[in-house]
Amino acid sequence: MSENTEPRPAAAPDPDRLPASQTTDVEPEPLEDDADFVTVLDTAGGAHQPSAVPVSTQSGSLPGAPEEESLLRKIFTGNGIVTILAVLLALILGGLLIAMTDKVVGTTAGYLFARPSDFLTAVWSAATESYVALFQGAVFNPRGNGVAGQFAPLMETLTIATPLITAGLGVALAFRAGLFNIGAQGQIIMAGILASWVGFALHLPLGLHLLLVLVAGVIGGAVWGGIVGVLKARTGAHEVIVTIMFNYIALYFLRYLLDTDLFQRPGETTPISPILDPNAVYPLLFGSQYRLHVGFLLAIAATFFVSWLLNRSTLGFEFRAVGANPKAALTAGINVSRATILVMTIAGGLAGLAGVAQVAGTEKVLTDGVAASYGFDAITVALLGRSSPWGTFAAGLLFGAFRAGAVQMQIQTGTPIDIVLVVQSLIVLFIAAPPLVRAIFGLNPRKKKAATAGKTKQAATTGGAA
Amino acid sequence: MSTTATSPVEGKPQPEKNHKPAVSAKPVTWKLPVTLMVLATIAFIFFGLLGPQGTAKFGISSGGDFFQLPAIQVPAFLSGIVLSLILLVLAGYALVLKARANRRPPRWLPAVFTVVFVVAFLIWVVGGARTPSISLAGLIAGSVTLAVPIVFGSLSGVLCERAGVVNIAIEGQLLGGAFTAALVASVTHNPYLGLVAAAVAGALVSMVLALFAIKYVVNQIIVGVVLNVLVSGLTGFLFSTVMQSDPEKYNSPGELPIIDIPVLSSIPVIGPILFKQSVVGYLMYVAVIVIWVALFKTKWGLRVRAVGEHPQAADTLGIKVNATRFWNVTLGGAVAGIGGSFFTLVAIDSFTKEISGGRGFIALAAMILGRWNPIGAFFAALLFGFADNLQSIVTIIGTPVPSQFMAMLPYVVTVFAVAGLVGRSRPPAADGIPYIKG
Repeated sequence: MSENTEPRPAAAPDPDRLPASQTTDVEPEPLEDDADFVTVLDTAGGAHQPSAVPVSTQSGSLPGAPEEESLLRKIFTGNGIVTILAVLLALILGGLLIAMTDKVVGTTAGYLFARPSDFLTAVWSAATESYVALFQGAVFNPRGNGVAGQFAPLMETLTIATPLITAGLGVALAFRAGLFNIGAQGQIIMAGILASWVGFALHLPLGLHLLLVLVAGVIGGAVWGGIVGVLKARTGAHEVIVTIMFNYIALYFLRYLLDTDLFQRPGETTPISPILDPNAVYPLLFGSQYRLHVGFLLAIAATFFVSWLLNRSTLGFEFRAVGANPKAALTAGINVSRATILVMTIAGGLAGLAGVAQVAGTEKVLTDGVAASYGFDAITVALLGRSSPWGTFAAGLLFGAFRAGAVQMQIQTGTPIDIVLVVQSLIVLFIAAPPLVRAIFGLNPRKKKAATAGKTKQAATTGGAA
Repeated sequence: MSTTATSPVEGKPQPEKNHKPAVSAKPVTWKLPVTLMVLATIAFIFFGLLGPQGTAKFGISSGGDFFQLPAIQVPAFLSGIVLSLILLVLAGYALVLKARANRRPPRWLPAVFTVVFVVAFLIWVVGGARTPSISLAGLIAGSVTLAVPIVFGSLSGVLCERAGVVNIAIEGQLLGGAFTAALVASVTHNPYLGLVAAAVAGALVSMVLALFAIKYVVNQIIVGVVLNVLVSGLTGFLFSTVMQSDPEKYNSPGELPIIDIPVLSSIPVIGPILFKQSVVGYLMYVAVIVIWVALFKTKWGLRVRAVGEHPQAADTLGIKVNATRFWNVTLGGAVAGIGGSFFTLVAIDSFTKEISGGRGFIALAAMILGRWNPIGAFFAALLFGFADNLQSIVTIIGTPVPSQFMAMLPYVVTVFAVAGLVGRSRPPAADGIPYIKG
């Protein structure tokens, strides 16, 4: 894991540089602005890897590439199909895993050769029952109590998706600037600490109080992310290691605070804070029967903001330029150091928004599980969303649905929640390796690529070792 | 994780210097001497001037030793003053070297500084406790025990990264090893088979990493992060469905016996550490030495390091870069898998969800702190095991330092290390960069 993200073409040794010297220099990479370039990079990301984060995870829009692609076009490019196939493949594998551990399947496997149909039926029903329960728990429950009850799962999905979306945006934004922000977890925690303290320790009028909670949380996350940016920019400390360490530091700091009089609820022995003031929590969106709160609207607003920031603002352009090629960005007069610090600060602030959603929206108290695993899920959300703002939004909704549905699935069919982790990680793995997905589904990538990729075709297929 | 970043992140566009030798590209900075001075001053104020007045008592011998040494009684205040003065002298020496001769402090200095600092810290903690007495032998033995999985994990990291593949998936390899060890040992009623199975499981996790990182040139950090989630999900799922359905049958692996080497194990302090371990514990020492020798004293090791430093040059000489990387990553996974078996076959004799509890990430930190060297990683892991153990002891003897801060310590130290404030650690040059034959 090195700063040294310089692509090393086999030919063309650089006379300017001694091979042993460690530099962060990156070769200027000519950016082509036709759409094919994107697909080529996707399959041969290593050959052209211009930044710590391969362009394949940075969504289709490179600086210089057409910014506004129509939805249809996105679907019909290779990436769209691969995304769908990857999700499908992950669901199939997850289904097989469910079936493998199912009791009925085990029994029928005992007389597999006598009556194979029993076995296949059992496999099918084990997998589909779980997924149907998942769907009913995530989107629409036909057995619900009236229309309100039937749509309750959807509301729960949106509630859970809220922190996933905002934290995912934080991770995605950093990805676009070529930074791996593994630290959303810690940023959520720091935001939760500050927001909850303002929420329960101060007693302010309606409106102002919530505003202060929000600001405190965002600042908490932004500072925690910003420190990483400063360390990266000033000392070159790799952000992956620093953010991982910061996650733990934040967690232990939270546990310490929950042990002190300042944060522990009076009369409690368990590590839990007082409940936030009624003035300090997000109003509910659709009445008290759902948990969905205003935080979801803020998540939508944040998505608009990030979309604007990346695609319409000078700062966002700088971020993307730094992400695509730091050296070129430097040559173009962009202050890479400033961009690194700023992008981590904003990313932290976005993750902080997720922390606020947790303490001021969903939980209304601070516990040491305030961040649950949202910070880590945010990474997969950003990867699935290919680091584009609306892609991350959609991925957040999908994973929110998985999370919400999994609870119902466990209750109804006994399938453990952990299956969601398996499916999520498989989706991201498959999406990251389009050639694998194409190979599994028998789509021949070589012919397609030969037309557009030219030389890189060879590169993509000779990388294997085993 | 390079701490050697120079131009672009500095933000000041500097003209490229063409004939700069590699050494002078790293100017001697003020960072280390200043950091040492700050730490020494903190030590002087807290451990020295504000130190506790009591006497810290360190027991050395445990009951079974064949000769008993008396416990050491240390006046906490006096030793705090003396030790922090030593720290100040060391830091001052580093400062003088920098100011007068513009030289880096000698390599032993940070190590000695660390040891003295830890001792001063220990005396301060124990001296200020409610019951100012701990067993030094127990503390050290416990540290080694807690360090075992961390050592294996960091060795896995060393093997992978020396060949140029970033291994964030150590956590997943440990967890996979722990789960498989428990399952196989339970089913076969043979913990040794569990140990082998753990190595295989770790290697399998690693093979997925190698496949995606090398064949499909997916970013190695992404694969690592995702693999951790995948293994966590898989083991959690199988734990709930398979193991929970019949814990007697599937989750009672039995323990690997502690092998006590007669006579030698009765030597005070070092006896229990070196000669009273489980198979996994002995394997740890063997693995550290073997991997160090293999990496630095054999032809194989030279090739591996060449692949990690300059794959193009290695390729030119006929070394199969990607094959080397693949097998190194696989081997690393096997090593981490064995470390994972420690959780279920030695520490606790059953598997629970997330039993590795983030130790894979501490192992990553140990590897960096140990500068990608097996022996360095071993001592860094020991330091982390020590912090871990001290944390639980501190809670028992009741000191003013909150245990959470003790738990935080390894992570803070690592941040300082990667930021280049404490020593400097340089990763292999081609670490994380896929090699595509052109």
